[in-house]
Amino acid sequence: MKKDKTSRTPVSQRAFEVEKPTDTNTIGGTITIEINGEKTIVPLGTTILDACKQKNIHIPTLCHHEDLCVAGVCRVCSVEVEGFRTLQAACAFPITSPIKIKTSTPLVRKARRHIIDLMLSEHYGECYSCIRNQNCELQDLAQEYGVDGYTFGHVTKPTYEKDTSSYSVIRDMSKCVLCKRCVRTCIDLQEVGVLEAIDRGDKTHISTFMEKPLSDVVCINCGQCINRCPTAALHANDPSDEIWNAIDDPKKHVVIQTAPSPRAAIGECFGLAPGQSMTMELNTALKRIGFDGVFDTNFTADLTIFEEGTELIIRLKKALVDKDTSVKLPQFTSCSPGWVKYIEHFYPEYLDNLSTAKSPQQMFGAIFKTFYAQQKGIDPKDIVSVAVMPCSAKKFECNRPEMASSGYKDVDYGLTTRELAKMIKEAGINLPEMPKSHFDSPFGDASGAGLIFGATGGVMEAALRSVIEFVTGNKTEDIFANANIMPVRGFEGVKYVELPIAAVGPVPEILKHLVPSWDFLKGATLKVAVAHGTANAKKIMEDIKAGGKFSECHFIEFMACPGGCIGGGGQPIPTTPEIRKKRAEAIYAEDESLVMRKSHDNPHVIKIYEEFFKEGPCGHLSHKLLHTHYTKRGKFIA
Amino acid sequence: MKKDRKGLVLFSGYKRGDGIKRALEIGRENILFELKSSKLKGRGGAGFPTATKWMLTAAAISEEKFLVCNADEGEPGTFKDRVLLMEYPELVFDGMVIGGYTIGAKEGIVYLRGEYEYMLKTLEDYLEQMRKDKLLGDKILGISDFNFDIKIRLGAGAYVCGEETALIESLEGCRGESRNRPPYPVNTGYNDRPTSVNNVETLASVPHIVIKGGDWYTKHGTDKSSGSKLLSISGDCKKPGVYELPWGTTVREVLKIVDAEDSKAVQIGGASGVCVPVSQFDRKLGYEDIATGGSIMIFNKNRDMLHILKNFMEFFVEESCGQCTPCRIGNVKLLEGVEMLEKGEFTFEYIEKLIELGKTMQISSKCGLGQSSPNSFITILENFKDEILNKRGIGVEI
Ligand SMILES: Cc1cc2nc3c(=O)[nH]c(=O)nc-3n(C[C@H](O)[C@H](O)[C@H](O)COP(=O)(O)O)c2cc1C
Ligand code: SF4
Ligand code: SF4
Ligand code: SF4
Ligand code: SF4
Ligand code: FES
Repeated sequence: MKKDKTSRTPVSQRAFEVEKPTDTNTIGGTITIEINGEKTIVPLGTTILDACKQKNIHIPTLCHHEDLCVAGVCRVCSVEVEGFRTLQAACAFPITSPIKIKTSTPLVRKARRHIIDLMLSEHYGECYSCIRNQNCELQDLAQEYGVDGYTFGHVTKPTYEKDTSSYSVIRDMSKCVLCKRCVRTCIDLQEVGVLEAIDRGDKTHISTFMEKPLSDVVCINCGQCINRCPTAALHANDPSDEIWNAIDDPKKHVVIQTAPSPRAAIGECFGLAPGQSMTMELNTALKRIGFDGVFDTNFTADLTIFEEGTELIIRLKKALVDKDTSVKLPQFTSCSPGWVKYIEHFYPEYLDNLSTAKSPQQMFGAIFKTFYAQQKGIDPKDIVSVAVMPCSAKKFECNRPEMASSGYKDVDYGLTTRELAKMIKEAGINLPEMPKSHFDSPFGDASGAGLIFGATGGVMEAALRSVIEFVTGNKTEDIFANANIMPVRGFEGVKYVELPIAAVGPVPEILKHLVPSWDFLKGATLKVAVAHGTANAKKIMEDIKAGGKFSECHFIEFMACPGGCIGGGGQPIPTTPEIRKKRAEAIYAEDESLVMRKSHDNPHVIKIYEEFFKEGPCGHLSHKLLHTHYTKRGKFIA
Repeated sequence: MKKDRKGLVLFSGYKRGDGIKRALEIGRENILFELKSSKLKGRGGAGFPTATKWMLTAAAISEEKFLVCNADEGEPGTFKDRVLLMEYPELVFDGMVIGGYTIGAKEGIVYLRGEYEYMLKTLEDYLEQMRKDKLLGDKILGISDFNFDIKIRLGAGAYVCGEETALIESLEGCRGESRNRPPYPVNTGYNDRPTSVNNVETLASVPHIVIKGGDWYTKHGTDKSSGSKLLSISGDCKKPGVYELPWGTTVREVLKIVDAEDSKAVQIGGASGVCVPVSQFDRKLGYEDIATGGSIMIFNKNRDMLHILKNFMEFFVEESCGQCTPCRIGNVKLLEGVEMLEKGEFTFEYIEKLIELGKTMQISSKCGLGQSSPNSFITILENFKDEILNKRGIGVEI
């Protein structure tokens, strides 16, 4: 028996894994078991749950989640195993002997029904007034087991006060069924550890350090816990009512930007299989809902590449040419607000490594209230800027006090994919049936580089597509087939890539005032890394602290969520490894279908530097509007 | 302070260190052989054969192993481990040394119930004395490759921490919650190492068995339940206290020994045990009939059974670790049922449903706490239905 050493979840909340044989053809590599009288062969160490899945036998689960270690606490997956006096939890039982399993006996059915009845008895809420109606695992269980009444009663008053302190995550513990998925998510997947069960017996509940409100603890707002909560006990702070009010107010000019990840996932909320991008359909839907302008966040993703890339070049030049030792390298990306809050809490001493560039969402917000307002002749105070994001941390980000350098809040509301789907439904629109339409001018359609920001490694790939061409003067295609930079793609937790720069080309016009020549990069090796999920980010940070190979990197992409934005906390539920893969495929396919696939090819970006940010990337005005600063938060909060 | 106690095994004469000496003479295999033939079963309640547990731990491959003495004694109505620790520490600690030697552990840990903190000093002093006498520490009794020491850790007052896997969680500094099984502690216990968790009384029986042999031990008790059992007897009787009796003693005999009059019910095995009415007083204590960790509570005719049941259920509602659904919420529902009965506001149908729920809890809870918590609910309602209903002026079910 082997315990997963990487997990920080207490052992009681984890099942043990039996090391599976690498070669199932070896003696003892497989075991013949019997499920409901039928013989089947499984690899040693397979759980009863997985064995049944292979045989297409459905076992209900609740505390089990594919992304998480197994807890074995809800007991709804109970099955009979011959020779055991008690029922066994299928999710937590590794098969190591030729057992006989029965999955649907009177005892099993009665036990499951009892367990569901018990959960419902303490579960406050009515489905029709619930944010998770029709997307709730508890509701599904009740339906599956034909629950038509409350056998053991039903609470009629909330048991706990809602915690609405956070900009991002609302905790409504009266709806909690104590599956502890959120606990395992926060501590294992994210290595944050905000949530834990406290008290004992009937008073057991999930809470934070010293029962403080979520806004006062080290929560990074990633919303991964929301995405794994089977009920509505955790949900995002939904601003859609305010947005409707703004739309309905004729004095307001309401603009909306959509990020690529929600577009690759929102179809799931309308019954489509994961992996179908709805970009153009969404444009039409948003216009019909009544938004006055619909824009592509990829435009500012392209802009981010200019700003963040320029910042990197400046840092490299200072370090390598000017021998300025105060310059901090590697430069860290700053577009994931969950990651930003994570580093502010856990590694505040490294804040100077963080790029000062705002995230694409905030950049666009700043542009709406300045350049766009001027162009359209609208008073910025009448512009309401909404951002559709895969992310709950974006809600916190747009409310950061420093995100208003134009004198107006860059982004007024961060809306998640799920919340937008709800608004679209409310407007009576069936998204997949919408005709396709383009984004509005003056920003138009953006490059594929901005698009792939949504998947882990995407920011790095977008940056490299431009850096390679800027520095070497060659085409990215000459080095990477089809400009697909495969080494930075994929779901490996931490990726590390080295790119030797053999020859350099001329410095492009837009950067000439910063670097006269690339000679200092000739013969150098560009070292980059990519991490997704803050648990992986932690690995890199610890390595940097210890002076390991990542401390030698020049540029590192960090995303707070597993899989990057496509697996964001605001994405449709469920999100599983399989679904993340599908969404990423959708994004890469869309990128590949475009003609313009590099940020520096985006004519609208070139134009905005000509017309507005006239000093170019990292110039005065762009510093004011497109860059920001961070707060040393630390782990201890008063 | 040692009381003058008499008994077949534990309360018979024993000189400190004798068991250890004998054990080292006969060697591991013979210790296991004697234990196996003694048929000694765990006295903590679960009744798992001690020889098997030690064999499994001994067979597990690991550079480090642990022996844990479970002195959490949290079951309502038990206080026999306290007596053993205070009055017969030589038996308990010698048993631990023998256990450590047998399974190949270098470290023994006593998990002492938080409320027993007052014993800490005495026990520590005792261990120090053992070290001076070379019964503990490096090279015990001069044997070069046998090092074993014992440390004492205090519990924090949760009943569930007596459950062996929750105990290990607690030792590791986590919240007291029981673990998923498999694996079992004999493979993956404290710090992931093979660990044998044994009750105080189990360990205390070992030195006698090692010295006098397994066959001698089986002369006491019954065929299926060999040896003797310490019983913590309390409630309505003239002579409450800790007694050592052979397994197979009937409930009636116990009542006679402690001078109990007008008894109408005996709760055997604490709150998680079963409630035996007069009609079943001829039943025997033993693994084949009524197994028990040793708590015996006697109730005479003046007691209100429903009130007693309510106490038990309140205990479980509070002491469940709160991890799994059947136990965390199930106990609340059973307690609500008791309160309904108390007020006379119930339907027979609903009470039947609760008994069914209790049966589900017995088989679907994650650990022994939830699996045994409905026992008293089920047995008291079954055996004292008439009393509960009549007392409240409710006619018996027609
Ligand atoms: C809720 C619960 C509480 C327990 N409390 C104790 C206890 O206080 N002392 C004890 O020795 N065993 C207790 N046990 C039993 C232990 O889990 C374990 O079986 C025992 O310590 C093994 O020792 P033994 O084989 O010597 O009996 C408890 C079990 C459960 C389920
Ligand atoms: S959380 Fe699920 S079961 Fe509960 S009210 Fe909402 S939809 Fe219904
Ligand atoms: S939002 Fe993220 S950091 Fe905050 S509690 Fe949830 S999982 Fe933890
Ligand atoms: S908040 Fe949600 S995920 Fe967390 S324990 Fe409760 S039901 Fe489970
Ligand atoms: S049965 Fe009770 S004590 Fe045991 S794990 Fe479940 S909730 Fe905890
Ligand atoms: S799904 Fe197996 S115990 Fe919850």
